Amino acid sequence: MASATNSDSPRHSVVVRVTHWLTVVAFLALLVTGIEIVISHPRFYWGETGNVNTPPLFTLHIPSSRDTVPTGYKVVLPDQNGWSRYLHFEAAWLAVLTGLVYGLYSLWTGHFRKDLLPERNWQAFRRVIGRYLRRAKPDEAEAHSYNAMQRAAYLTVIFVLFPLIVWTGLAMSPAFDAAVPAAVNLLGGRQSARTLHFFVTWALVLFLVVHVAMVVHAGFRSRMRAMITGRAPVNINEEEHV
Amino acid sequence: MNSLSRRRLLTGGIVATAGLAGLAAADSVAKRYGLIPPDHGGFYGCGETLTYGAQRILTRNSLAREFSRGMISKTPFANEVAPPNDQFKGLQAGGFRDWHLQVDGMVANPASFSLAELKSLPQRGQITEVVCEEGWSYIAEWIGTPLREVLNAVGPLPQARFVVYFSMERNTWDSLDMAEAHHPQTLLTMGMNDGDLPVPFGGPLRMRVPRQLGYKNVKYITRLTVTDSMKHFGKGLGSVDPEYGYSWYAGI
Repeated sequence: MASATNSDSPRHSVVVRVTHWLTVVAFLALLVTGIEIVISHPRFYWGETGNVNTPPLFTLHIPSSRDTVPTGYKVVLPDQNGWSRYLHFEAAWLAVLTGLVYGLYSLWTGHFRKDLLPERNWQAFRRVIGRYLRRAKPDEAEAHSYNAMQRAAYLTVIFVLFPLIVWTGLAMSPAFDAAVPAAVNLLGGRQSARTLHFFVTWALVLFLVVHVAMVVHAGFRSRMRAMITGRAPVNINEEEHV
Repeated sequence: MNSLSRRRLLTGGIVATAGLAGLAAADSVAKRYGLIPPDHGGFYGCGETLTYGAQRILTRNSLAREFSRGMISKTPFANEVAPPNDQFKGLQAGGFRDWHLQVDGMVANPASFSLAELKSLPQRGQITEVVCEEGWSYIAEWIGTPLREVLNAVGPLPQARFVVYFSMERNTWDSLDMAEAHHPQTLLTMGMNDGDLPVPFGGPLRMRVPRQLGYKNVKYITRLTVTDSMKHFGKGLGSVDPEYGYSWYAGI
């Protein structure tokens, strides 16, 4: 059997790998701190304004870190908003700057066009979905390139969910809204922006869960090694048989 | 050492030098134009400085959204305040006639204003939204004296960089940079929705900063101090908020 080094082939470029892991760090920080901030007011509204004196669109049935919020629970959680807000915005900068580097690199090198634009026929999608349903292992080609479903999912995250989460986040900034009122007005108001920010977060979490599940399914060790070292085994299923 | 690794070393050196020079230049420009917040230190300082600097460049002269009368919230939420102290109760019993705003520090003419004297300065009313960092909000009409009218009356010295404001509530103070202090919507508020500003909402005198979050809108203002540095106020972080973990700048 061939040794790992000479059976490997290049998989992910260094820019893709570094930006991938920076995004992981930023996203986890944003998620944890975002949850902490929501806990201080687990009520959601639609439109411009909303507070404990107005009817909510929906509430999360969890205790709050503020005793001014009627939750039905006697317990008031400790206030974590100070550091959560600091870290949320610092991690947001990390995510946006990382996204800029990745986006410019991908335009420059044709990564979007070559590796992420799916074939424009449904057969490619049907084939992948069929394989998912049979729970079959990925074929050889997928060790070196993304399949049609992956491409569609990644493009959705990069060009739909990521811009939406940044937009709905910025729309909650009173200073940003002063400079760009359309940012919040187009979303239907500040509280609508907050509610949308919450839903887009869950869409991103759903992506994360499916993404990790698929990595495990495809071969956790080979996929992790490819995203860390940049190299994939030529025979993708080889290590699984070792 | 082969020529390839020498070239890489050279390129790396040039990139690193250019990077450091760029950072140094950015730092001096940021200091020159007041783009560095007082709480710029520590692990979160980098993100905080980026946010404050970027928003200062983007929003220096922009106005907070103002709303139509029909958008005024019928059920505003005052949030919690500590029970008033005896001094406050005494002034309240007198209808706040003896409430004074003391203005000192780096100004040409330190002065003290009664509420009536503040009302004799040009007034402004605006319908803006109060936004709490927790996520809730309401819209009200706010009537009062723009802070810049008070500053014009006392004449800040050229080196002034911050206006510090103190509340009658214990250990409650904050500060604004001069851009925010001179902003036309920054209001020493005495009226709300066509009446006097109610005590739970900060009456008789509240700082309204509609481009920043609710916690910058300190209630029960009794004193303003103009200064060139926040170093000697509390722990030098710009307000009491960073001492409890909250950022000094609250535009986001």
